[in-house]
Amino acid sequence: METLISIIFIYIFIENFVLHRFFGICPFLGVSRKMETAIGMSMAVVFVMTMATLVTWLVYTFVLLPYNLGYLQIVTFILVIASLVQLVETVLRKISPTLYQGLGIFLPLITTNCAVLAVTLLAVRLEFNFVESIVFALAASIGFSLALIIMAGIRERLEFAKMPDALQGSAVTLITAGILSIAFLGFQGMLSL
Amino acid sequence: MEPKNIYLQDLTRGLVKENPVFVALLGMCPLLGVTGFLFYGFGMGVATTAVAFGGTLMVSLFRNLIPSQVRIPIFIVIIATLVTVVEMSLEAFQPELHEALGVFVPLIVCNCLILGRLEAFSSKKPVLRSAADGIGAGLGFTLALVILAFVREVLGHGSLLGPNPDTVIQLFGPNFEPMTIFAQPAGAFIALGLLLALFNMFTKRFNI
Repeated sequence: METLISIIFIYIFIENFVLHRFFGICPFLGVSRKMETAIGMSMAVVFVMTMATLVTWLVYTFVLLPYNLGYLQIVTFILVIASLVQLVETVLRKISPTLYQGLGIFLPLITTNCAVLAVTLLAVRLEFNFVESIVFALAASIGFSLALIIMAGIRERLEFAKMPDALQGSAVTLITAGILSIAFLGFQGMLSL
Repeated sequence: MEPKNIYLQDLTRGLVKENPVFVALLGMCPLLGVTGFLFYGFGMGVATTAVAFGGTLMVSLFRNLIPSQVRIPIFIVIIATLVTVVEMSLEAFQPELHEALGVFVPLIVCNCLILGRLEAFSSKKPVLRSAADGIGAGLGFTLALVILAFVREVLGHGSLLGPNPDTVIQLFGPNFEPMTIFAQPAGAFIALGLLLALFNMFTKRFNI
């Protein structure tokens, strides 16, 4: 139980996937312009990341390891993620059109989100057990969402700020992310696994 | 245009004019993640260039055999296979670099810069031109990595060619107090943001 709580705290605040580990910077810069899209993307990421980790952990432990196929890790994981995203998209469209409308456009983008591949690989490489892996994926994706939503809030205000031409767009977003990252530096060293 | 010129053009296009990082903002995760030291940044650049070269070569060789409906999954499998090869080679020949780059080596799979080149160029153009284009895009990415890593290592550690104690050069003497923030993740964001702003300023002023 203690490990689970530390995993949650560490991967939301201390080793935040975006601001500390630099996974998923592309969607972080790409969809943080509006609060609405940021929330949609966050929900899609939480959903897919947790599902993907669940599936890849099972595949790795019960298929790849027993047959000594560890070297196929990268190929297998990316294929599992890609097909999972496709599956989720199809199922959602059938079962819950409202949810699909909210998440639908973000799902294809997730395949190229390196945070998803990172979380599945790290769950295996850090040798987490099944429950720990799922909690880890959940915490990592919540950390991602936290950073994304805070950023969206800031960027909605930056829109009207005066700044030099050269800074406009991604440059100022990155510098803001840096300052945000300094704020998260305050959690450093509070806990470790 | 004579053929030699075309290859040179394909090779140099990725360096400044269509630089994958500064113009298209691709591959940001490894760019921020591994540039604490110049050596790591350069290693990452070489690994990515190798995958880009192999990928463009393979895809352009088989471009007439790949059905266009399933091309993206095929590209991804090709890239993932090459990345596996690169990761194994790194682990065998450069274990320290492999350790330092960590999970960013397998994450080359998700680097949109490679998939982008495959989709936009290699799936339509002949082999040699595609290979030149792949190397060019990889070199452009390496250039960005090296610039950012250089800035971060000089400011954040006051050294060059670290962290290996055999090769490290201390630039500023023993009394120098480095700006540790640039060695931290926060510094990566800020340094890259400022570099992007500089790049924007220069391209606008000189109309590149």
